[in-house]
Amino acid sequence: MNISIGKEEEIYLIGIEGDLDASSCINLDKAISEAVSAGEKKILIDCTNLNYISSAGLGVFMSYIQDFENNKISMVLFNLSKKVKNVFQILGLDELIQIVDSKEAAKTLINES
Amino acid sequence: MNHKLRIACTKESLKEIRRFVTQTLTDLHLPEIEVNMLVLAVDEICANRIIHSNNCDENLHLNLLISETCDGLTFEISDLGAPFDHTQYSEPDINQLVKEKRKGGLGLMLVNRIMDSIEVFKEKDHTVYRLFKKLTIC
Repeated sequence: MNISIGKEEEIYLIGIEGDLDASSCINLDKAISEAVSAGEKKILIDCTNLNYISSAGLGVFMSYIQDFENNKISMVLFNLSKKVKNVFQILGLDELIQIVDSKEAAKTLINES
Repeated sequence: MNHKLRIACTKESLKEIRRFVTQTLTDLHLPEIEVNMLVLAVDEICANRIIHSNNCDENLHLNLLISETCDGLTFEISDLGAPFDHTQYSEPDINQLVKEKRKGGLGLMLVNRIMDSIEVFKEKDHTVYRLFKKLTIC
């Protein structure tokens, strides 16, 4: 799995490529943790090239929900494939984490929050 | 038809396990979402066994057997690690996991949602997880 980091104006962009599983989830955890430590308030997760996610990957996102709420940080995931989005839906995590279809929609949503 | 895989107990093996399950299911022409869910359920049990019961010891092995019958698919995962008592498992509340900032606790929830039955038993010196998914194959 590869993680790319970018910045667009005041938005912190994390791109995930490949499989997010028990072996690779530590890399995503590190990327989000670094964004939080740097004081980022708007985090977009580009899932265009995310091929697979297991509970370990879901767990990384889940573990930040409370901190994001407490520290007024917004995170939006965009461009998930149907099979990846389905994994979030199985446990209802799509209701706790903001997921939209496109980067444009993600930017609009995060700039409104 | 039976399909077998024997693989070392390392986290890096998970990708190969997923590739094997995906390839095995290809001939059944199932929807991509269905295949992904079955791959996920097997991946979750294998990850648990590799990490928690075999301490990622590359000298230990995990066996995966996939059997097709007319009424569905059976996935048997076996290894020499200690069994996890599935009967004592009670599903956590997801809101509580969020509040506690937990990363774990979702794997078995996913498996329970995806599979129609889960059995855990000892066979000689092996712990066996038998997952069954009802599907009309024939």
